[in-house]
Amino acid sequence: MSWAPGHQFEPQSYPVRRSDLIRYAGASGDFNPIHWSDRVATSVGLPSVIAHGMYTLALAGRALTTWAEDPARVVSFGARFTKPVPVPDDDLGITVEVAGVVKSVERGQAMIELTVTNAGQKVLGVSRAVVRC
Amino acid sequence: MSLDPALAGRTFAPTPPYAVSRAKIAEFNTALGAEPVNEGNTAPLTFPIVIAFQAMTQLMTDPEVGIQLHNVIHGDQRFEQTRPIEAGDELVATLTIESLRAAAGMDMIGTRTEVKTSSGEPVATAFATLVHRGSAQ
Repeated sequence: MSWAPGHQFEPQSYPVRRSDLIRYAGASGDFNPIHWSDRVATSVGLPSVIAHGMYTLALAGRALTTWAEDPARVVSFGARFTKPVPVPDDDLGITVEVAGVVKSVERGQAMIELTVTNAGQKVLGVSRAVVRC
Repeated sequence: MSLDPALAGRTFAPTPPYAVSRAKIAEFNTALGAEPVNEGNTAPLTFPIVIAFQAMTQLMTDPEVGIQLHNVIHGDQRFEQTRPIEAGDELVATLTIESLRAAAGMDMIGTRTEVKTSSGEPVATAFATLVHRGSAQ
């Protein structure tokens, strides 16, 4: 693999619907009702049900796995949860876009900056990964 | 109420061994809409959260710690991966409170969770900041 600083990966876009959040709650064990109940979400000041921060991060991980081709190459990966991602109760849901660029390469490891957006707004902060290249 | 500063540095008991199945990996992949990796035997990158979340729940529900679960926000999350999790792994998670600071009525709880096989092989380390709205009540 020949990743050079400045290399931009093919952006990935993923639909997120309420049903995905229900599946993720079951798969991850995180049953916080703000991710499935509008009643609870609005009672704590949210506009509606929001995606789990870990769901959005998992989508960033899905993009990273697509780019790296082998998940074993990933050394580290993470982000700050800076903005809630409301998911409407309809069939279309929303779309999360994940872009990535190689910032630097040192000793066989690439530092990748990820940009994760919903409707053009960044939803994760300081989203970075280190991948063996 | 702010949390006791003496909690910083505390390490909790390891979680009970968790057997990773192909079925659970498939559920996680389906939730993400992700293609199976290695014929469905290799877990997605954030899968360590399944085990780390049990350790975080242990922390958040410990009456001695005094966290109100509905007042907790996940501030950030990072993983260091030694190797991907595979179906057949039996994993335990051990959480340590690395840092604790109070600011503007919030407790910022810095945690480190070591995820290892039950025979002690390191698999991943999960770092999370949990933000607890304590005195805002």
